[in-house]
Amino acid sequence: MADNQKEIDEHSGVDTTGHEWDGIKELNNPLPKWWVYTFYITCIWAVLYWIAMPAIPLASSYTKGVLGYSQRQVVADEIAAANAKKAVWADRLMSTPLEKVSDDPQLMTYVMSAAGTSFGDNCATCHGTGAQGSKGYPNLNDDDWLWGGTLEEIQTTIQYGIRSEHEETRYSEMPFFVKDGLLERDQVRALAEYVLALSGEDHDAALAASAAETYEFECASCHMEDGAGDIFVGAPNLKDKIWLHGEGRDAIIKNIGYMKAGVMPAWKDRLDEATIRSLAIYVHSLGGGQ
Amino acid sequence: MLEKHAVFEKNSILLTIGILVVVAIGGIIEIAPTFYLESTIERVEGVRPHTPLELAGRNVYIREGCYVCHSQMVRSLRDEVERYGHYSLAAESMYDHPFQWGSKRTGPDLARVGGKYSDEWHRQHMIDPRSLVPESIMPGYPFLATTPVRKFDIKAHLSANRSVGVPYTDAMVDNALADLESQVDEWSDGYDDFVARYPDARVRDFDGNPDMISELDALIAYLQVLGTMVDFSEYNPEENLR
Repeated sequence: MADNQKEIDEHSGVDTTGHEWDGIKELNNPLPKWWVYTFYITCIWAVLYWIAMPAIPLASSYTKGVLGYSQRQVVADEIAAANAKKAVWADRLMSTPLEKVSDDPQLMTYVMSAAGTSFGDNCATCHGTGAQGSKGYPNLNDDDWLWGGTLEEIQTTIQYGIRSEHEETRYSEMPFFVKDGLLERDQVRALAEYVLALSGEDHDAALAASAAETYEFECASCHMEDGAGDIFVGAPNLKDKIWLHGEGRDAIIKNIGYMKAGVMPAWKDRLDEATIRSLAIYVHSLGGGQ
Repeated sequence: MLEKHAVFEKNSILLTIGILVVVAIGGIIEIAPTFYLESTIERVEGVRPHTPLELAGRNVYIREGCYVCHSQMVRSLRDEVERYGHYSLAAESMYDHPFQWGSKRTGPDLARVGGKYSDEWHRQHMIDPRSLVPESIMPGYPFLATTPVRKFDIKAHLSANRSVGVPYTDAMVDNALADLESQVDEWSDGYDDFVARYPDARVRDFDGNPDMISELDALIAYLQVLGTMVDFSEYNPEENLR
């Protein structure tokens, strides 16, 4: 095949490469000029890029490039620039007392739109996209608050969580009355009737009455004599027909005996102060803030 | 020049060797330096090897192909940092063999999922994802809760990791099984030794079922530690610009 004599193909008038396979010869059509020059330009571009950008590994380090580019610096700068733009509002939010924020309609517009995004990223996974909650995850639209529904209390809850890993977390634990053998099964059945009676649902009046003493002894210290609950220990209100861990007789019996209380993570180390503040205002504004 | 090229074209073994040499140049220049350059892995406080339970959970994670839909790398882009938290550092996966960075996100990135949700949330979410997130397309993994975690070869997993450079001590390898069991029970006999070996590890019954150390226990233990090891209060961003 390797024959360097120029040979013109008689049909096309083009050189052949001199390669021949079983009588078939290869025409020597050159690459288009635009393609060749683009290729040369990319080669030059590559050399310039090596000089300008971090590129070539050396013995103990690498060439940093004359532009001193660093993607980590870029993202730090971008975040700083975004924060600087927001600073007008973030500063106004931080310097306004929590209760006063709702008096400032401009600031509220900022808070609601910023917190709406943060809520979607961080809170909606448990509390639902509409903050409606689900079994085990409180509805934030209603006015039933386990740990308090004032702005301050909501903010504290978001900061430190409930039974979270943070050392300042809000914490309480209801005993497993059946699992830990604190109550007999019959007592729990009667107690469930008492709880149903508290919220005015259908119940067995005789059984409920028989549990009054048990309730006072075992439950009233947290859930209060009248069943109104106690936000200082996160004891739910038993009178409002809002059942976080399932409604109805069977669920109540199960919850007295075995219920494991919920956990909310602490957000203090994950979100900045202004974000937590705006989330507190957002949640407070959903309908049930106190 | 072209005449000499004919030597390669006429000898397939020589051509193969020639191709290997040319391709290797790219590998040597692009990949090999990352093994010796000090700047590859940031110097940070807090990253430790996975506990045996976390390692078992990681094995479940890989077996179930979680990496097919979930990446574990927050890239250094503003939108990612604002959504997920600090961008991932090389140091955070230096004891991962293989790393789980991934590039396909059907689900969210998990590099900083540790501590973001409660154990109970993870339990329920693994069993039935749509009970918590109605729009989720993640399959349920209810069998994890009822399958005992594979324990018999956990020691071998630790020593295999040690052989590729993870700094497990002799005591960690020898007590792997005991440590795995201690991490789900803070009242166990081995608790003190476990905590001494893995000081900041979380010890609790992750899946809420004290009767069995399930694959779900292991997987939740693994998920809850993701992205939580580095002490960012000690991290100096200036020193680690790349």
